Amino acid sequence: MIRPEEIKMSTEETGKWGMVIDQDICTGCQACVAACAMENNITFVGEEDAGYGRSMHWIRIERFWEGEYPEVKMTPQQPMLCQQCGHATCEPVCPAFATVHSQAEQLNLQVYNRCVGTRYCANNCPYQVRAFNWRDYQRPEPLPNQFNPDVTVRRMGVMEKCTFCIQRIHKAQDKAKSEGREVMDGEFTTACAQACPANAIVFGRVDNPESLVSQLSHKGHGVKHLEELGTLPNVTYFKGG
Amino acid sequence: MSDNKHHADAAQSHEEHLREKHLMLDPLPRGRMNEMVMESMMEKPTWKFWLVFGFLAFVVVYFLFYQWGVLIVKGQGEAGVMRPDYWGIFLVNTVFWIGISHAGTFISAILRVFKAEFRRPFTRAAELMTTFGLVQAGFSIFMHMGRVWVFYWLLPYPNQRMLWPNLHSPLTWDLLAITTYLLSSTMYLFLPLIPDVAMARDRSTGWRKNIYKVLALGFRGTEGEWTHLRAAMNIFAFAISPVMFSVHTIVSWDFAAATRPGWSSTIFGPYFIVGALHSGMGAAVVVLAVIRGTMKHMDYFVRGEHFDAIGKLMLIISMAWAYFFFNDYMVQWYGGDKWTQQLLHFHEAGPLGWMWFAMLFTNIVLPWAILWNPKWRANPWLVGFVGIAINVGMWFERYIIIPISVTINRMPFTWRMYTPGIEVPMGIGTVALFILLYMAASKLIPLIPVWEVQEGQMAHELKKFGRETVVSVSELE
Repeated sequence: MIRPEEIKMSTEETGKWGMVIDQDICTGCQACVAACAMENNITFVGEEDAGYGRSMHWIRIERFWEGEYPEVKMTPQQPMLCQQCGHATCEPVCPAFATVHSQAEQLNLQVYNRCVGTRYCANNCPYQVRAFNWRDYQRPEPLPNQFNPDVTVRRMGVMEKCTFCIQRIHKAQDKAKSEGREVMDGEFTTACAQACPANAIVFGRVDNPESLVSQLSHKGHGVKHLEELGTLPNVTYFKGG
Repeated sequence: MSDNKHHADAAQSHEEHLREKHLMLDPLPRGRMNEMVMESMMEKPTWKFWLVFGFLAFVVVYFLFYQWGVLIVKGQGEAGVMRPDYWGIFLVNTVFWIGISHAGTFISAILRVFKAEFRRPFTRAAELMTTFGLVQAGFSIFMHMGRVWVFYWLLPYPNQRMLWPNLHSPLTWDLLAITTYLLSSTMYLFLPLIPDVAMARDRSTGWRKNIYKVLALGFRGTEGEWTHLRAAMNIFAFAISPVMFSVHTIVSWDFAAATRPGWSSTIFGPYFIVGALHSGMGAAVVVLAVIRGTMKHMDYFVRGEHFDAIGKLMLIISMAWAYFFFNDYMVQWYGGDKWTQQLLHFHEAGPLGWMWFAMLFTNIVLPWAILWNPKWRANPWLVGFVGIAINVGMWFERYIIIPISVTINRMPFTWRMYTPGIEVPMGIGTVALFILLYMAASKLIPLIPVWEVQEGQMAHELKKFGRETVVSVSELE
């Protein structure tokens, strides 16, 4: 039982796993989006639903334009995924405890089989990175053959989101444990980072000052999105560096 | 001499005028009033009644229950919700129906506590609105759930996994508040009903008598029974008022506690309550106008004075609503958050800006233009029309707060307009179910609390001081 005085509103970096995304070298090729869908058994919603804003991706590439036509300038691509907030707005609003904070991994988890589908978490996410299963979408043959056996297949009516490929984290931890060592930096990475041909995504431990991701994230021009809301995001973006 | 006679005539006509105008000054014997209420309830339904009843029953079965089945089988994709409009018309309807339900408690509890005499004939009609409105609110919120078949996970029930609902979530507060309100308002509907069902039991035969016998709990009207009943009603009247205020405040926290531009507003609690009363009073006059126009003897019980009194309340509530609306708008604008600025402009200049202006017209301009005039205020159909207009406006207000406001968020890449789908027929189904339940109730329970009317009539009398006739009220309770 946590007493009120034990709850701390920390403004310090609390995360364990983090990511750095360099928008300057992102080409917007969508390889991360495809890799994420393969790795995490994300369903395809079809043309009609995708056109109506129901496409399901745990990572998306956002494109913006600056200026008025004809003087338009395209800004760098912006890959957007769950920021794995240290102080997440999605967590307290779920009435069923289906979206919870992992104490061990410092990640925001979604418990699919506890989700009742109020969609409050998605509403309250300032990054709008949660995906809802609006229907039971069809997976025609032979698509079911490429399911990742380490990841749950979600059904209609539940919310889902980026997990920082927690199945890969656990696999690496299990392997390191069996070999009697710690997980090394760069030993494994998330599907999106692995697939990025430009190496624009770097994943690792932000609580280890030696790791590549924490060294990068402390470089001067890194920004965190909507940090002013106090969400303590764990993804750092580089733009115009 | 002639002067005196003139005065006497004037006094006579003044007295007659007062009696004609005020139910409380126009007493009938208790037996006659019982008869009238029984006749209005037992009157054989006409073919028109059955036509409307059958049509509504069809709408309920097809639009509400069949479409709900479709929604459950095929998923929320049948509705218009998507990213970023995760919440749509189902929640608009939830807030709308909870708003309607507020008038019942306001009329029957708060006006009873303040001893507003005009409330007497229609406390029951208003309380029925509360209970039936809450049924629709409950339906609407369950329609919204992605996996409604596990709704009981939101209840704090003991289970082997030791899983409890999250008390940090405004939705959990909401569920507890609405459940409390539904249970207490149903009990509060039942308590003042006991003497009237006892009356109906003594004047009916057959299956009706059997039902009333059970419902009346053996009430005979002894002094002891009245003492207990009065004590219970008093406790409920005082206890249910804060429940009423808390319910809509908590509903507003579903929005105010969220991290969204346009929603994080501290004024939302009172703003929503005033909005609820606004739509609730509007619905109450519509119900009263229909009852008065369609049921036998109701023009004796429900008179122009009642529409006049509720009309005044509506006018004041409309002014209060206008204050809260502009306060909410101004303070958010003055906050200077860039997303909120975007949102506020989107409200009035976006593709659904007409809705924003229509809301201001029906919620402020129309009531102010019509309800200031006592003659117009006493016209049931005119006040009823204003009531319908206010309800349309208040539905627009909730539509602006929910699907229109969530269109704008802090991630411009995701902005998208909401197009309703299956929500529309299902929403119409809840309206039909509300009217259907009301029609059934009008044939099954006495809509007028006869004992309450009689009590008021006994307390009022016309006294003469010299040539002056004045109304006096004695304290009964």
